[in-house]
Amino acid sequence: MINGISINMYMVLSAILFIIGAVGVMARRNSIIIFMCIELMLNAVNLLLVSFSTLHNDAKGQVFVFFVMAVAAAEVAVGLAILSMVYRNVKSIDTNLMSNLKN
Amino acid sequence: MLGYTITQWLFGILSFLSIMFGLMVVFSRNPVSSVLYLILTFFCIAGHYLLMNAQFLAVVHIVVYAGAIMVLFLFVIMLMNLNEDQEPQRTWLTKIIAAVAGGLMLFVMVGSLKGSEQLQLQSYGASQVGLVKNLGKVLFHDFLFPFEIASVLLLAAMVGAIMIGKRDIK
Repeated sequence: MINGISINMYMVLSAILFIIGAVGVMARRNSIIIFMCIELMLNAVNLLLVSFSTLHNDAKGQVFVFFVMAVAAAEVAVGLAILSMVYRNVKSIDTNLMSNLKN
Repeated sequence: MLGYTITQWLFGILSFLSIMFGLMVVFSRNPVSSVLYLILTFFCIAGHYLLMNAQFLAVVHIVVYAGAIMVLFLFVIMLMNLNEDQEPQRTWLTKIIAAVAGGLMLFVMVGSLKGSEQLQLQSYGASQVGLVKNLGKVLFHDFLFPFEIASVLLLAAMVGAIMIGKRDIK
């Protein structure tokens, strides 16, 4: 069975997914949604890394994706702890209210 | 089937679904449904990994993201008791500016691909690097030290999350 999928299709798909995440970060004010959009952007990059690793038949890309997943797990654990702490103090997770460093 | 192979059909369907669910993550009002759509997006991306014969990463992706990270998100959302009516909204101007900026970024990214060489991925099953056996060999030979460092990072993140989440630090 011939695959018949070029690397450019995966590049376009990853670009679209990345930009959906970027637009979500810019357009939403809920911190949790912003976090999820960051996860979406990370996954777009992971998808591109895996497709290039398959193209070149090199396992290093997939190992790198594995490390990216470990870092993403650490980031989410710390980030959600910070968010729940912010919610406990401010009673909201609106990003516009988090402006204590502004002035 | 219409001149396309089964792999191309699978790629098209999975891409369409992942883009649709990704858009639903951004556009849905309720944070809980946003999380559920993100889980569906992750399943579609795991399907892409399977299509590229990266079996280990597909399984790890589902276990780590759908099994651990999204459950953490759901727990935090349910602790915060967020409703649709108290959902903060940006102004329409900001949303339009964000959409225009995203569209321009997509235009640049896709435009830079135009005229590039169309390298074909190998036929299904030909790439053996994604199997657990081969990936494990690479991970524990060439990347043993980064692997250990990753475990230290996870430990530090765990301790940090607990310290941040404590109510009062004495």
